Amino acid sequence: MNMPGLLDTEAIRKDFPILDRLVHDGKKVVYLDNAATSQKPRQVLDALSDYYERYNSNVHRGVHVLAEEATAAYESARDKIAEFINAPSRDEVIFTKNASESLNLVANMLGFADEPYRVERGTEIVITEMEHHSNIVPWQLLSQRTGAKLKWFGLTDEGRLDLSTIDEVITEKTKVVSFVLVSNILGTVNPVEAIVRRAQEVGALVVVDASQAAPHMPLDVQALQADFVAFTGHKMCGPTGIGVLWGRQELLEDLPPFLGGGEMIETVSMHSSTYAPAPHKFEAGTPPIAQAIGLGAAVDYLASIGMENIAAHEHVITGYALERLASVPDLRIVGPVTAEDRGAAISFTLGDIHPHDVGQVLDEQGIAVRVGHHCARPVCLRYGIPATTRASFYLYSTPSEVDALVEGLEHVQNFFG
Amino acid sequence: MKLDSMYQEVILDHYKHPHGRGLRDGDAEVHHTNPTCGDEITLRVKLNGSTITDVSYEGQGCSISQASASVLNDLLVGKELAEAQKVQELFLELMQSKGKIEPDDAMEEVLEDAVAFAGVSKYPARVKCALLSWMAWKDATAQALADRETETA
Ligand SMILES: Cc1ncc(COP(=O)(O)O)c(C=O)c1O
Repeated sequence: MNMPGLLDTEAIRKDFPILDRLVHDGKKVVYLDNAATSQKPRQVLDALSDYYERYNSNVHRGVHVLAEEATAAYESARDKIAEFINAPSRDEVIFTKNASESLNLVANMLGFADEPYRVERGTEIVITEMEHHSNIVPWQLLSQRTGAKLKWFGLTDEGRLDLSTIDEVITEKTKVVSFVLVSNILGTVNPVEAIVRRAQEVGALVVVDASQAAPHMPLDVQALQADFVAFTGHKMCGPTGIGVLWGRQELLEDLPPFLGGGEMIETVSMHSSTYAPAPHKFEAGTPPIAQAIGLGAAVDYLASIGMENIAAHEHVITGYALERLASVPDLRIVGPVTAEDRGAAISFTLGDIHPHDVGQVLDEQGIAVRVGHHCARPVCLRYGIPATTRASFYLYSTPSEVDALVEGLEHVQNFFG
Repeated sequence: MKLDSMYQEVILDHYKHPHGRGLRDGDAEVHHTNPTCGDEITLRVKLNGSTITDVSYEGQGCSISQASASVLNDLLVGKELAEAQKVQELFLELMQSKGKIEPDDAMEEVLEDAVAFAGVSKYPARVKCALLSWMAWKDATAQALADRETETA
């Protein structure tokens, strides 16, 4: 098949040992659950075992050679990530355990902040109806604890944000606007600029959930003009247990810490403590060292292929998948139906066949998809569906895997027909 | 093929032609969901003394959860509570067996069509689907009995 823009997946797939895995009596796994988590290349697996086999040690604490090497590798991972997202300073990169923790951290910073950042009664928080639960619940908690009002943007029938009332949703009372850059359920890429412009007009902080963006497209935090950007390592070829919160330096200096403990302090007495400068102020306790180093290796890997190239590849695959899926009888895409301003996660329903049953029959053919509400239940409610089946692609996905999915769906229809 | 062990003909039949579906009069109503996948059921029980006169339900979910509710309706309506509880416990045991229980005649005597779910017990992700309506029934019955107690108290 000749599709300009595709990566050399034959070569890339050799880096991912798991893609050769056979399941269910010898069927090659067709992994289309990348929005849930990505597979890991050999380079990342090696970085993890290298750390544990050669220089495992706690960071920032020892004077011995292992501790120095571990600290250097951990901090060098921070440098790599800062460069990957074009952060003005490495000290703006906070390691967390995942995107959920990153978002909870921001919500708590703002809940305990002094003026002018403090979220409190009489102020407003704005999110959207297409958020992952990780970008809903922390704000609901903040709203319940402070009395601030939680508001959100609704969705259009086409699966995009309805910004027609933006001036009423984001107002002088808004303290923070938090939204997803690429939806994990609809695939929608959201118009950052319009939202940031309005937020800046009213002096609200902007938080971007880039969990589904960082793995798939160039991410430039300066171009976004956001104040905070959250993402998670395991969806971008890194290990689980590591996430990132990027924040603007002056904010990180002004805002209070959330978790207290070792590593985040300057001095401690029984009466009070002073804190280390950011990012350490926000990294209490022994961090996920191996995982940070693994994420460093992952961004090296992604950068070596090129995020522009990965985005182009996925754009082609997504376009092809949308076209092929459109030919499946009774299949309805939930989300934008063309590849414009769209990521590589495609949700759909298949007639009356419940997604659970779709997923089960696909699994039997070795095809791994995700079924359910994808931690974005309000989206399912909005479109009046209990759940969806979601296929999501990545840099190693091939057109023939799309074909396998389409054939698999025909099989599903025959089975329940 | 392994799939056929999960999707027994009996299960697909109940799924396509559910028995007793729809909400009718009841003494208690509960709404249960399976948060990992979005299956939902609203279920009502109607008791006359210690006899179950109706279990009515409405919901959305996969073939396994829907068929299981239909089988439950078949099995429990008309039974005495004590007997129904035994059926429920046996079904729970079967579903938690991880495929290790091969239903025998004695079990089939009690569970009837519900023995078809034995294959589902091998799939941890689907066991919850099969149990959704049964847990809802247990909850609704407890509620109906508790309400009755407070009324007579
Ligand atoms: C858009 C989005 N936000 C946040 C998250 C949460 O990521 P994690 O579970 O790693 O914290 C996810 C992952 O499921 C996601 O897709």
